[in-house]
Amino acid sequence: MYDFNYHKPDSIDEAVQLFLGAEDGIYLAGGHTLLPSMKQRLAAPTDLIDLAGIDSLSGIEDVGADLEIGALTAHDEVATSSVVQSGIPALAELASLIGDAQVRNRGTIGGSVSNSDPAADYPAGVLGLGAEIVTNKRTIAADDFFTAMFETALEEGELLTKIKFPKPESAAYVKFPNPASRYATVGVFIALTGSGVRVAITGAAPSVFRSTDMEKALNSEFSVEALEGITLDAGEMNSDLHATAEYRAHLCTVMAKRAVLKLL
Amino acid sequence: MVEQSIGKSVLRKEDLRFITGNGRYTGDIDLRGQTHGYFVRSPYAHAVVGEVDTSEARSMPGVVAILTGKQVAEDELGGLPCGWMIHSKDGSEMKQPLHPVMAATKVNYVGEPVALVVADSFDEAKNAAEHVSVDYEELPAVVSTAAAQSGPDIYAEAPGNTCYQWELGEKAATDAAIEGAAHVTRYSLTNNRLIPNALEPRAAIADFNRGTEELTLYTTSQNPHLARLILTAFVQIAPEHKLRIIAPDVGGGFGSKIFVYSEETALAWASMKLGVAIKWTAERSESFLADAHGRDHVSDAELAMDEEGNFLALRVKTTANMGAYLSTFASAVPTYLYGTLLAGQYKTPNIYVEVDSVFTNTAPVDAYRGAGRPEATFLVERIVDLAAKELGVDPAELRRKNMIQPADFPYQTPVALEYDIGDYEVSLNKALEMADYAGFANRKADSEANGKLRGIGLSCYIEACGLAPSALAGALGAGVGLWESGEVRVNPTGSVTVLTGTHSHGQGHETTFAQLVASRFGISVDDVEVVHGDTGKMDFGLGTYGSRSLSVGGSALSVAADKVVEKGRKIAAHLLEGDVDNIDFEDGEFRLKESNRSKTFQEIAFAAYVPHDYPIEELEPGLAEKAFYDPVNFTYPAGTHICEVEIDPETGVTEITKFTAVDDFGTIINPMIVEGQVHGGVAQGIGQAMLEQCVYDESGQLQTGSFMDYCMPRADDLPNFTVGMTTTVCTHNPVGAKGCGEAGAIGSPPAIINAITDAVGVRDISMPATPEKVWRAIQEQRA
Repeated sequence: MYDFNYHKPDSIDEAVQLFLGAEDGIYLAGGHTLLPSMKQRLAAPTDLIDLAGIDSLSGIEDVGADLEIGALTAHDEVATSSVVQSGIPALAELASLIGDAQVRNRGTIGGSVSNSDPAADYPAGVLGLGAEIVTNKRTIAADDFFTAMFETALEEGELLTKIKFPKPESAAYVKFPNPASRYATVGVFIALTGSGVRVAITGAAPSVFRSTDMEKALNSEFSVEALEGITLDAGEMNSDLHATAEYRAHLCTVMAKRAVLKLL
Repeated sequence: MVEQSIGKSVLRKEDLRFITGNGRYTGDIDLRGQTHGYFVRSPYAHAVVGEVDTSEARSMPGVVAILTGKQVAEDELGGLPCGWMIHSKDGSEMKQPLHPVMAATKVNYVGEPVALVVADSFDEAKNAAEHVSVDYEELPAVVSTAAAQSGPDIYAEAPGNTCYQWELGEKAATDAAIEGAAHVTRYSLTNNRLIPNALEPRAAIADFNRGTEELTLYTTSQNPHLARLILTAFVQIAPEHKLRIIAPDVGGGFGSKIFVYSEETALAWASMKLGVAIKWTAERSESFLADAHGRDHVSDAELAMDEEGNFLALRVKTTANMGAYLSTFASAVPTYLYGTLLAGQYKTPNIYVEVDSVFTNTAPVDAYRGAGRPEATFLVERIVDLAAKELGVDPAELRRKNMIQPADFPYQTPVALEYDIGDYEVSLNKALEMADYAGFANRKADSEANGKLRGIGLSCYIEACGLAPSALAGALGAGVGLWESGEVRVNPTGSVTVLTGTHSHGQGHETTFAQLVASRFGISVDDVEVVHGDTGKMDFGLGTYGSRSLSVGGSALSVAADKVVEKGRKIAAHLLEGDVDNIDFEDGEFRLKESNRSKTFQEIAFAAYVPHDYPIEELEPGLAEKAFYDPVNFTYPAGTHICEVEIDPETGVTEITKFTAVDDFGTIINPMIVEGQVHGGVAQGIGQAMLEQCVYDESGQLQTGSFMDYCMPRADDLPNFTVGMTTTVCTHNPVGAKGCGEAGAIGSPPAIINAITDAVGVRDISMPATPEKVWRAIQEQRA
């Protein structure tokens, strides 16, 4: 790890000012991607702005139609929250499947979503539920948020403060973990919402995406059979040591079927 | 009277300090004024090293010195030797290119050290290392084991990248038997390359004292005396009596800490050169790159049978990857620890094996838990299973039919070993019963009703442990003897300090050896302290590997303890005013026969050290004895493992629903520790069979350089283990023990692959049988 300046602001404004004043600043939430990258010297920010002192970034709130989850809320809090378990149980389950107990105790929803790791679990929930990402400046629809591998619509210094999850009629998340890293080789989140079925897939491609083919099929008939014969284009899939593109494409359909089965 | 503890699951004496964080590992040791080392490593698999410019780095904060491979060469340090000479079938010696302490002119694998930066802190050393500029001229890399011999050549002295072409067995008779056989089963396989990943990375502190001219090296070693011998006699770092090696608590080895590596050696040399203590702890990434890897064979095998399925001959051709250099015992692993085990548990009359060992631009490959024996067992137990499938007979019955029977012992195999004792069918029967083999068909039907595939697989393994009769090892090319030392020091109050030349790095010797000695003396296990891992404390020893510690090291202690009892009887005879022949020692008491007179062990100890009333003219005072024990044969643990799996055909995900291991380890001192060794070994076997794979790309870059990509088995990957024991006592050592440390990793992989291929209904799925490979096999089988 290279030397860096450490800041611990106690307000969002102060955090943003510190970021904008830094040569190469970065926000620190749970640090589960950032700190290992720094230790391996793959990341070398000049200024680390630790958000842990900003109380307003934490917490889970049921505001009627939505659940609002603060950016600094740890995965374990989401997984074990009675509010989430009753409001959007699939989101609590998704959080419970992230990493291991140590990761879940430190990693945060805001950090995960901002990082947009192609194999992270949360992006599937955010996109699948059609959540809104609230920042210090604006609100961004999930459909506009994840732009590419490790890239989002967040601008320089823009800070994700909370995520508003509309409560679906029902939802399910099914994950095929990478046996080594336990990230998602493929994770499929399916939500039945007032405006139809949403299918979001993580792990399979360079960025989380919605399968319009699956959504169309499930909107016409919500059944496992409706997904028969739908095979995603392997040409769009990731391929690595752990799973070829063809296998990932196959797993997308299998995991989607299993998610549907949970909802029937 | 103290309860006899042999055969009891005494809780491990060492665990209090480990569990409470009071262990003392190399990383826990800090010396006053110590500096820190960091290695500049090659980013290329194969390159000519040009100018190494250290000028910028030298001027960075905290830097004490930067030493390069060129300085190693200027100081004329010897290369790191390989301790086992293998001769090719044409009689020529194996090729042993110089393994430099740090590379001076050419690098041969990614991660090879080229320079050592010494600085006041770790961070300063690492920062400066980034500013050491090395000119590399990249050369084409040789990576694939199978294609290594088609070049280009890495070393001029090793044409075709071939280290040796070794053979064992009768070629003509084997060829003839295969030629005329009613049935021949053929099998081509890859034994996947593994990265050991001990929990504690390698670490060292080299501390040269200019006043005493002594060098102390604290290091993560399984065999500190051997490391000292190599550093003295071959690398010529320091004279043996001025070199002390301390291997304190060590967090796992699995073989990878047997070897003398570049880093520890460079540190020792640098400490003497600079006159400062230098500490180095490998980062996990360095462990992946530069610890010796394991396995990495490709083989073709043929098993010939008559009409009844009696084995007639086995012919094997193997290519074994040595990596870029010959590591300390690398050459012995695919030869005398592999070819000699190809008889397995069977009466195959003709066996012939050829092994070509090859150099590649990858990290050195050496012994890893099992070392050659897992490779042999995998080959034998897979081809036997394939033969059963081809013949349409039950795999258990084909094995039973060909097993060496109790009446056949001692049994001379066609591949050099003489098995002393065993009862393989008893282990097989017990395993079949514990695994409910008979009920498998019903369970398979249940799985099928649920849309799942189910399979069962056996493996009847044997291994050779207890390395080793020195004369035999020497005749086969070993550079050292393989006896072991032990000393039993009885203290004046009757407590006992035991010193052993073996080393415990997770095996629980401090408990097992204490039980062994306490039982002999009739004293409490708590009154025995076991000391190991310091060349300044105990006699020369050969260390821990090859499941040898109890059978060889324990035997040395047993002999030493007998000597203590003998001396005690003489002292007792004097004190009890009887003849020594009339003194019995039992349950901690020396008794004069046909009298009610006796002395306790503690009383005799006290008399030995306070010899006021003592046969001083005939007997020296004190009560401490040592023994050097050289075994007369290897030991032969054997058993049957049975794996049952259920597979989700949609994903290829395989669940081990039951794993049964029945082992014959001879006499067992502590069943809990033995069972733990089986659990750990089987976990590693499951890792090899289903999860672990070291991958280099075509340019020799390591693709699996972290736990994100290299899949170590975790608790939730493993089933509950069903473990059973059968016992035939080793005939030739005083403990009767055979060794248990490696059996799990040896016996389990073929059982797992046999089960998975049985479930899917295909001939073969290569290790690791990942979900994708299993899924593809299912697709192909259904197509």
